[in-house]
Amino acid sequence: MGDKLSIVVVEADRERAHLIVDSLRGTGDHDIRVIAEPSRLARCIAEADPDIVLIDVADPSRDMLEELALASGPLDRPVAMFVDRSRQGLAKAAVEAGVSAYVVDGLRPERLRPVLDAAMARFQMFRQMRSELAATRRALEERKTIDRAKGILMKARGIDEGEAYALLRRTAMDQNRRMADVAEALVTAAGLLS
Amino acid sequence: MTLPRLSVGFMPLVDAAPVIVAWEMGFARAEGLAIELHRAPSWSSLRDMLAFEAVDAAQVLSPVPVATALGLGGAGVPLQALSVLSVNGNVIGVSRELAAQLRDAGHGFGFDDARVAGEALFAGRDAPLRVGVPFPFSMHFELIRYWLDAVAPGRTVEIRTVPPPLMAEAIGAGEIDAFCVGEPWGSIAVETGVGELLLPGRAIWAGAPEKVLAVRAGRAEAEPARFGALVRALWRAGRWLGQPGSRTTAAELLSRPEYLNVPAEIIDRALTGRLTISGRGEGRHVEGLVAFHGGAAGFPWRSQAAWIGRRMAARAGLDPQAADAAARAVFRSDLHRQMLSGIGAVLPGASEKIEGAVESDHLVAAEDGTLVLRRDRFFDGRVFDPSHPD
Repeated sequence: MGDKLSIVVVEADRERAHLIVDSLRGTGDHDIRVIAEPSRLARCIAEADPDIVLIDVADPSRDMLEELALASGPLDRPVAMFVDRSRQGLAKAAVEAGVSAYVVDGLRPERLRPVLDAAMARFQMFRQMRSELAATRRALEERKTIDRAKGILMKARGIDEGEAYALLRRTAMDQNRRMADVAEALVTAAGLLS
Repeated sequence: MTLPRLSVGFMPLVDAAPVIVAWEMGFARAEGLAIELHRAPSWSSLRDMLAFEAVDAAQVLSPVPVATALGLGGAGVPLQALSVLSVNGNVIGVSRELAAQLRDAGHGFGFDDARVAGEALFAGRDAPLRVGVPFPFSMHFELIRYWLDAVAPGRTVEIRTVPPPLMAEAIGAGEIDAFCVGEPWGSIAVETGVGELLLPGRAIWAGAPEKVLAVRAGRAEAEPARFGALVRALWRAGRWLGQPGSRTTAAELLSRPEYLNVPAEIIDRALTGRLTISGRGEGRHVEGLVAFHGGAAGFPWRSQAAWIGRRMAARAGLDPQAADAAARAVFRSDLHRQMLSGIGAVLPGASEKIEGAVESDHLVAAEDGTLVLRRDRFFDGRVFDPSHPD
């Protein structure tokens, strides 16, 4: 094994893959390949014969890598996810950051560390972006539902928007429920009755 | 007052029902415990969440803690099973093309005879059979191997790992010919028109421990009050799930977006055992397709662990005796018994049994009265005697 590490990144999203590759390049002149197609995972990895495989913790195709991690898999060298107990702290940090790394047994920690640090920083950022996006989407959906519920109340009871909002909020408080849940129940019920 | 808390990881499957029900129906609260549920994206990440302390306990495939004990896969953090969460529950399906070939050759999709179905699969077939399973360490893998090694010795069977959400895609794209998967994914393959169901998993082994409650080794002994409360809450959840009147509520609960996010009607098929096996709407009824209670369903028999351990060892070229001992030690029938004492759970007096010996449900003596042992036959009538494994 020379100075160059062979790294495989499993990532279907092109833009994310670019960002990951960029940050990995910053750690040295490595041979980096991206696999976007889960169905070709086994074949591509066998061809690339990598030292390190990086994959998002949330990627369901990760279970396919597990097969390759068996010593009798298509790789000559056994791949393991930080089997070494001394690196457990590092493995834990990686899982928390949102990246799983499969590493060839015997790869020296000082060679692994910079690559993994870069990957972890990048995946941590993706994870934050993802949860922010999900929260924004949810808030937007809830706002829409509340607007529809207000509309239903205004029409059914002949009240104005301010009153409809106040009525929803009071009901939610009385029932110890979230306003979005009360609104959703109302929209569903109205749909069934119309 | 805030309750003591345990975080529990699960995969979005019908047999995650006990952990979801234990929390949602208040069984945990009644035991003075709060459960924080974490949905996992894959089996390997769930195992790692458990190993690296992101969760305190998890619903895992019964072979996973055994594989870890044998040094196969995973991060080397030893795991232990405190309870069996479900017995059986998988289905075997084939691609639409293969289903058509089977029908043309006269197979009736009787859905009960594993030998007939297995022989039909290989009649007139030269190409290897490619079968998708969710994980290399799974009851799915063990059942497929046990079944096809017996009905088609010498024939090539390629078992591939395909995550359940990608199973329909894989069979639609012709990458696999058949699959073995937990519900609701088999029914979803039928609904999306890419596959038909051939057999329930229990037609191969009627008493297969499917999912277990796993914890890091030593955790339960260190905190017996908290983990005991969890095991009791899960036992009560299983008993509730075993009542026919609970099924509609259970299906509604599981269907929620934060759990399975699948229509309740599809989940209901597994819970009632009334499956739709093809796009033409043909129905089949399977008693006990998935079981959560009755016949000491939750008891982690050391003989079950030994069966799994010996089969894995044979494939991996490990010493069978050592594998047997290592596997037994991870199914903690001793802790299970301690934790359930005094709540009216009927527990067996023994910790191991001859697997596959019960032809039909019958009564045996238990610690506390009598216990019904459920049918647990293998399709080929063989038995596994843990004291004379060969």
